[in-house]
Amino acid sequence: MTACEIRTKVERPVLRERGQHEVFCGLTGIVWLHRKIQDAFFLVVGSRTCAHLIQSAAGVMIFAEPRFATAILQDKDLAGLTDANEELDRVVNRLLERRPDIKLLFLVGSCPSEVIKLDLSRAALRLSKQHTGKVRVLNYSGSGIETTFTQGEDACLASMVPELPKRETDATKLLVVGSLPDVVEDQFQRLFDQLGVPVRFFPPRRSTQLPAIGPDTKFLLAQPFLADTARVLEERGATRLAAPFPFGVEGTTAWLQAAARAFGVSDEKLSAVIDPASARAKVALSNAKTRLAGKRIFFFPDSQLEVPLARFLSRELDMQLVEVGTPFLHQAHLGAELAMLPADVTVSEGQDVERQLDRCRAARPDLVVCGLGLANPLETEGLTTKWSIELVFTPVHGFDQAGDLADLFARPLVRRTKLEV
Amino acid sequence: MQLTVWTYEGPPHVGAMRVATAMKGVHYVLHAPQGDTYADLLFTMIERNKVRPPVTYTTFQARDLGKDTAELFKKSAREAYERFKPELVLVGASCTAELIQDDPAGIGQTIGIPVPVVPVEFSAYQHKENHGAAETFYRLVRACTGNGAPRGERKPGPKTCNLLGPTALGFRHRDDVTEIRRLLEQLGVGVNVVAPLGATPADLSRIPDADFNVVLYPEVAETAARWLQKTYGQPMVSIVPIGVGATKDFITQVAQLAGVDPGPVLSGVSSRLPWYSRSVDSTYLTGKRVFIFGDASHVVAAARIATEELGFTVVGLGTYSRELARDVRAAAQKYGVPALISDDHLEVEETIAKLHPELVLGTQMERHIAKRLGLPCAVISAPVHVQDFPARYSPQMGFEGANVIFDTWVHPLMMGLEEHLLAMFREDFEFADGAGPSHLGAHTPAKAVEAQVADVAPTPEPVRPAVAAAPPAPAPKSEGHAGATVTTWTAEAEKELKKIPFFVRGKAKRNTERFAQERNIALITLETLYDAKAHFRS
Repeated sequence: MTACEIRTKVERPVLRERGQHEVFCGLTGIVWLHRKIQDAFFLVVGSRTCAHLIQSAAGVMIFAEPRFATAILQDKDLAGLTDANEELDRVVNRLLERRPDIKLLFLVGSCPSEVIKLDLSRAALRLSKQHTGKVRVLNYSGSGIETTFTQGEDACLASMVPELPKRETDATKLLVVGSLPDVVEDQFQRLFDQLGVPVRFFPPRRSTQLPAIGPDTKFLLAQPFLADTARVLEERGATRLAAPFPFGVEGTTAWLQAAARAFGVSDEKLSAVIDPASARAKVALSNAKTRLAGKRIFFFPDSQLEVPLARFLSRELDMQLVEVGTPFLHQAHLGAELAMLPADVTVSEGQDVERQLDRCRAARPDLVVCGLGLANPLETEGLTTKWSIELVFTPVHGFDQAGDLADLFARPLVRRTKLEV
Repeated sequence: MQLTVWTYEGPPHVGAMRVATAMKGVHYVLHAPQGDTYADLLFTMIERNKVRPPVTYTTFQARDLGKDTAELFKKSAREAYERFKPELVLVGASCTAELIQDDPAGIGQTIGIPVPVVPVEFSAYQHKENHGAAETFYRLVRACTGNGAPRGERKPGPKTCNLLGPTALGFRHRDDVTEIRRLLEQLGVGVNVVAPLGATPADLSRIPDADFNVVLYPEVAETAARWLQKTYGQPMVSIVPIGVGATKDFITQVAQLAGVDPGPVLSGVSSRLPWYSRSVDSTYLTGKRVFIFGDASHVVAAARIATEELGFTVVGLGTYSRELARDVRAAAQKYGVPALISDDHLEVEETIAKLHPELVLGTQMERHIAKRLGLPCAVISAPVHVQDFPARYSPQMGFEGANVIFDTWVHPLMMGLEEHLLAMFREDFEFADGAGPSHLGAHTPAKAVEAQVADVAPTPEPVRPAVAAAPPAPAPKSEGHAGATVTTWTAEAEKELKKIPFFVRGKAKRNTERFAQERNIALITLETLYDAKAHFRS
């Protein structure tokens, strides 16, 4: 199973590996999703490990009263599922009493709840009925046996799609799908306003503001990890606009262009609207480019952002790509991105962390993008690293974040040159 | 099901990882789904370890469940052995793998790895991290001593001991070991083995050669030490040497078991704590109300230091370690306070808010609770945080540990002379009433900070006088917990309140309002203010 297997799909060989995965599970998405949807609560039904994972990933955020918690399964819950369901109802009722401001509750499945086959979709229906008019209860799985890191957001958003109101007329024309920091969302909103394209963002900031969809709804993915969400939106009749992802000047331009063309906005008008921001972004990139050009970079799989980010680093900052690892390669959604990668780069999917470390050590790249479990050990070996999780937690999309995005990669290299201890 | 926002202890397999990571030559093969590798970052980021923990995760996925996950385990174990060539392999399951019942323990014996394979099994839906560490250490000690295989007579000559309990991700374990080694050296007692920290499986097999065991961290080492006592007749020193008094008791007990004279070491106590505590500046520490929470051994030690060595009053104490709750209950009884045995931090927060302590000694969670309640706090116990691995030498144990503790606990409080001077100058026109003491930077009222920022900001903000009389600090949120009666102040009482030094004014205000609410007094007069003062003095 771990044997490396070179498989050709499209024209590019992909190194597929199976072994120890050094990645987070989908529960981690709760850390940013609960900030995004401000009246939602995420209740993980899992083990002490799940609670410990989330508090380790969330860091200090955990010390405020956050809108997430874990219902920790105990011996008696494993003995009988009837009891487990009763217990779950008790925990949810206690939680909702404590937090009357919650309008949307996600029951989030975990490895243990999936293995004991605790049916959270039935529980969600039952609890939704009990709390009709006050709280909507949905469920999805963030378990590590089914989801890798950002796939948790995909599962969460997919669970919300059936809730979107259906409308034949005055449905949303353009839907931007994938959670973005509010500041980035506001920037895109202004650009779409100037283009005259009516847009809604999904997920919304409040669960009561779900966008309606209809037969002429078109959607743009803002994140490359939303395979299931895109599929269920398409099943509901919406159409995906194929585009690269909005990282860097080139990606953002192409992404906005896909929307502009679909809504009959002329290229001249598009230029007029985006040129100031695009010019600004190019200036912002120039400084980082002097640091990054010609440097060799190696990506360990983490968030599925790897391919679009590699494209940005290679084409706009002249970095050399050694290996681009991603936990899951969605050929259709990444089609435009893969076409823009240089021919000689190794694209790998899945992971056998030990073998990948061997390749990384042999290649001695100038910069390694990896998770927190690997970063300090690699620094000890003399490699320079960038924590991949920061790419997920920092605003990096769009023109006005392009410079910040480049700087995230430049900073570890700058630091190396400064230190003389 | 237990509704949990935050947990003091991780799952038991993280305890096993702490033991495996502390040791050399051990590799842990853990049957676990994708995502459980998060635990690696605890070691590489919090403790800043330079190498990954020696753990291989099988990373099974949903699609494997119908097939052969046991085969995946075998394969991972063999590959891990081939790659890392450890002297010993630990095998076990994380919480999910426990449910699929592949029996890693059984498989481990049959896969033909040419070194000892030691299974560790937990009940992850019942037990927690410290139990996991204790059980793993016990299993390893048993395995490495041939399950208690008989030994010959101990060699005559100076007596030796083992130091048991320090692990990876332990609260100050690194420095405690250095400090205690130094102390034992002064006593002329040799250290046979330190374990698990830095030990190899071969070192564990030498544990029975020592004359007695020193249990530094009962949470980790007590199970193993009891077995060693029973099996090899090794007595154990279980006094945790935190604080001057406890360190002296520890020295006495060690000296007795080793047959050496404790006199020279005891007479040359090198801690500054006793004198600093007796110096007049410390008078103001008398009777400070403290609340203590953490793991059992650190709480019991802290309560003794607080009362006997700093003259504080313990108003409440508790622990999240149920395994050692008995020790904490005994201590609570000694100090005449109830013991809070709970791993629910919300319950701890309620207790702290209710008790109105002047100092909180706790874990990182209590530090945050104290910050919310506007109380000074010092951290005394795991769970660890990156700040608990300071760059400097900073033990908790022994005489240097007592020095560290004196500083750590006293610095969050107002210094005595400073308190006196502040009171003297509080009406001085150059004195910003709302500025707050400099050492409580974090608690400087927002308005005062805003004023400073505005002074340097280029925005067309109206120029403020340098000595802005900012309003007093906003009352902490804890008031929200009080009764529903609305109390108001007469103008006269309010004016009198302002004469109280600002750094105790908040407390005086809270106490007076509490006093009034408890007596259903709606209007606070001068009389109420002084009645309350008398009440809280009594």
